[in-house]
Amino acid sequence: MEDTLIIKGHKLNSRFILGSGKYSLELIKAAIESAGAEIVTLALRRANTKTEYNILDFIPKTVTLLPNTSGARTAEEAVRIARLSRELGCGDFVKIEVIKDTKFLLPDNYETIKATEILAKEGFVVMPYMYPDLNVARDLANAGAATIMPLAAPIGSNLGLLTKHFIKIIIDEIKLPVIVDAGIGSPAQACEIMQEGAAAVMINTAIATAKNINEMAAAFKMAIEAGRKAYLAGLGRVLDFKAEASSPMIDFLEDK
Amino acid sequence: MQVNGKDIALEKSQTLEEFLKNNNYVVGRIVIELNGEIVSKEKYNTINLKDTDVMEVLTFVGGG
Repeated sequence: MEDTLIIKGHKLNSRFILGSGKYSLELIKAAIESAGAEIVTLALRRANTKTEYNILDFIPKTVTLLPNTSGARTAEEAVRIARLSRELGCGDFVKIEVIKDTKFLLPDNYETIKATEILAKEGFVVMPYMYPDLNVARDLANAGAATIMPLAAPIGSNLGLLTKHFIKIIIDEIKLPVIVDAGIGSPAQACEIMQEGAAAVMINTAIATAKNINEMAAAFKMAIEAGRKAYLAGLGRVLDFKAEASSPMIDFLEDK
Repeated sequence: MQVNGKDIALEKSQTLEEFLKNNNYVVGRIVIELNGEIVSKEKYNTINLKDTDVMEVLTFVGGG
């Protein structure tokens, strides 16, 4: 059965978006391959004249690049970074990230909506990172977002699905693909939110800080696929505070 | 002029293209913002840098 993720007309077979932060460059290519990722995020920073290699040399050409606007504190700065990133000639995708809060790195939803509106009008495929609030998700959809990217927990924390219920509300109410970004720390957590109907998950720190980066990328790939399959299959029902035998209760010892 | 937040002396008149080459930037991997405006690659050889210019030379790095 074909099951593709469609982001504003772009068809993807993988539901694993891989972040490229915190790795050494040599490890990125193998991690992308182990993850089977078709989208990889990047950041824009000042170029160093002494740097011999560029991260683009380590990413296969078939991968869609998703530049983020990290470092932006306002909508205006996010728009500036997005335009500069597009000028690098790597497509129209942009992950909007507007963060004023330097302690917990929580996204500024208001500025994120403003940036989404401007960039969607300019033809960008806008993927906004947000704090999971249904009203904001609706505003982002109305502003032209291609996906909604609610956080599971603070960036880089590996704390897991702290906002699970609110992400589920967004999945239930918003027609756009909901891609869970930030905070997922283990394959089990990725599987769990995929089972609930997340369209994809984005993983960076959980892999970059694992003992074996490649193996962890492979484990996440399996978990994301398992969760997706379970979602499509439809989870079995839950019984609260009672049991139901799985084996027949008649035709042997109890039967007289 | 100022490049990536640092003051540098422009020793002689040079185009943006010459400046980038002299400083070993890989043109295919960078984007230029000059005085707040994005400069497209076709214009690199038509722009003469001035001492008052403020320039950002940016590239992609790993990020989440």
